[in-house]
Amino acid sequence: MVHLVQLRLGSDEIMLETLYHLISQYILLPFILFVIPVDYQIEAMIFLQTIIKIFAIIIPVLITVAYFTYAERKVIGFIQGRIGPNRVGLFGFRLWGLGQPIADAVKLMVKEIVIPLNANRTLFIIAPILSLAPALAAWAVIPFDDTKVLANINAGLLYVLALTSLAVYGVIIAGWASNSKYAFLGAMRSAAQIVAYEIAMGFALVGVLIAAGSLNLGEIVNAQAGSVIHWFWLPLLPLFVIYFISGLAETNRAPFDVAEGESEIVAGFHVEYSGMAFSVFFMAEYANMILISVLSALLFFGGWLSPFQGIIYLEYFFSWVPGMFWLLAKTSIFMFLFLWFRATFPRYRYDQIMRLGWKVFIPITIVWLVVVSVLVVTNIPPWFS
Amino acid sequence: MNKIKHYLNSLFLLELMRGLYLTGRHLFRRKITVQYPEEKTPQSHRFRGLHALRRYPNGEERCIACKLCEAVCPANAITIESEVREDDSRRTTQYDIDLTKCIFCGFCEESCPVDAVVETRIFEYHGEKRGDLLLTKSQLLEIGDKFENDIAADRHEDAKFR
Repeated sequence: MVHLVQLRLGSDEIMLETLYHLISQYILLPFILFVIPVDYQIEAMIFLQTIIKIFAIIIPVLITVAYFTYAERKVIGFIQGRIGPNRVGLFGFRLWGLGQPIADAVKLMVKEIVIPLNANRTLFIIAPILSLAPALAAWAVIPFDDTKVLANINAGLLYVLALTSLAVYGVIIAGWASNSKYAFLGAMRSAAQIVAYEIAMGFALVGVLIAAGSLNLGEIVNAQAGSVIHWFWLPLLPLFVIYFISGLAETNRAPFDVAEGESEIVAGFHVEYSGMAFSVFFMAEYANMILISVLSALLFFGGWLSPFQGIIYLEYFFSWVPGMFWLLAKTSIFMFLFLWFRATFPRYRYDQIMRLGWKVFIPITIVWLVVVSVLVVTNIPPWFS
Repeated sequence: MNKIKHYLNSLFLLELMRGLYLTGRHLFRRKITVQYPEEKTPQSHRFRGLHALRRYPNGEERCIACKLCEAVCPANAITIESEVREDDSRRTTQYDIDLTKCIFCGFCEESCPVDAVVETRIFEYHGEKRGDLLLTKSQLLEIGDKFENDIAADRHEDAKFR
């Protein structure tokens, strides 16, 4: 049995496993055996393993966040007939500007964090943390593969929903604590907008939950197994569209970026922030975008399942590709959509946002929930048989 | 009927798709950015850049201190002092152009009866401290001497329009 599992692993997975074993055997094991008291060694082992897994998720996410900003400037530049950043390279080579995120990060890190005199100091400092922490914490339940998941909890979808809703507190607190009119306006807009779209998003996720019959993200993906048409995007197409658009609204991205609204209220909730505090808000925004993308891939597009599943020759031809690759490929497509939308659509007017959220999305989701329920109850093939 | 059409249009996001199609096409278009230090845009022979004072071929400076440029300058960037030389000709003792004030309108060049003050095509220059951009007569003459061939060629090209 063990050998069978080993055979199925791709080359990069074997590399990851090897790295993991090397770290655990030569660094962690001696540390635990000789430093930690015998009574707590098992607990320490589990604790340290969890820490390593957390870093194995967080560090790639943060690197992706950094290069997502680069990709954004590049893609939007290309769409506008420009070429985007191409000057800051690495080690003396230009490399199409790949050093840009690093230069940006260094610049922001050495800048002073100005705290306005009349700001609420505590809340002012807490706010950026409060917006980044949920965006990263939500990654705990994201399954990257059949087995690669940090916390395989049965309420995964609820957990994700709760944490993505929590992110708005960062925005509201930032707007309030800044004691600035523009920041306050941004926070108010953001609060109203997120309340509206949270409901639509929640209903869209309820649709997935009905279709899959589980709140566990891994089981949701497994329920989509079969082929491309078995994935939930087909039976849940309206819900997927609404989920993605609500995701745009949740992350305060164009065309729903009224909370920022740089042409109207300067920068909205983060007017008063500078340096690293400012960049933490940006990291949170981009981490949330990646999170929404990976959730779209998981919930509606079959997560780590191969798109060639069920096609007679291609399935075997591509069977060596690790599942993680498919998940990341699908995620990148949705991440690109975020950038494409930003380059295409003008900002919604505030009342239009409210109308869209309350009078269009919520009714459509409710109608489609009924449709999905009927499909599930009547066991319509190929999805629910 | 129109109402239903509009309703379906917005429900299926057709217009948004069309917008996405347009921007998506532009993603693959040729990029029009000019990569500045390596590539440069073509310049007109009437380009108005750094100022210069010219001389006649025999080495005599052209400027006769008529102060028309000083009078016409809308930014008051030009300061001129003059005296009568031993050979009874009037010449400037001081001719300063403050480039921090100058708006590069080209009026000085147009007003000059002897084509003494001109604006060259040079636009890549800088000053590192206050006062670096206050050009004195000797500096202006130096620029004129250095680029006399280019300046003369540009004037010649423009001659038929003046």
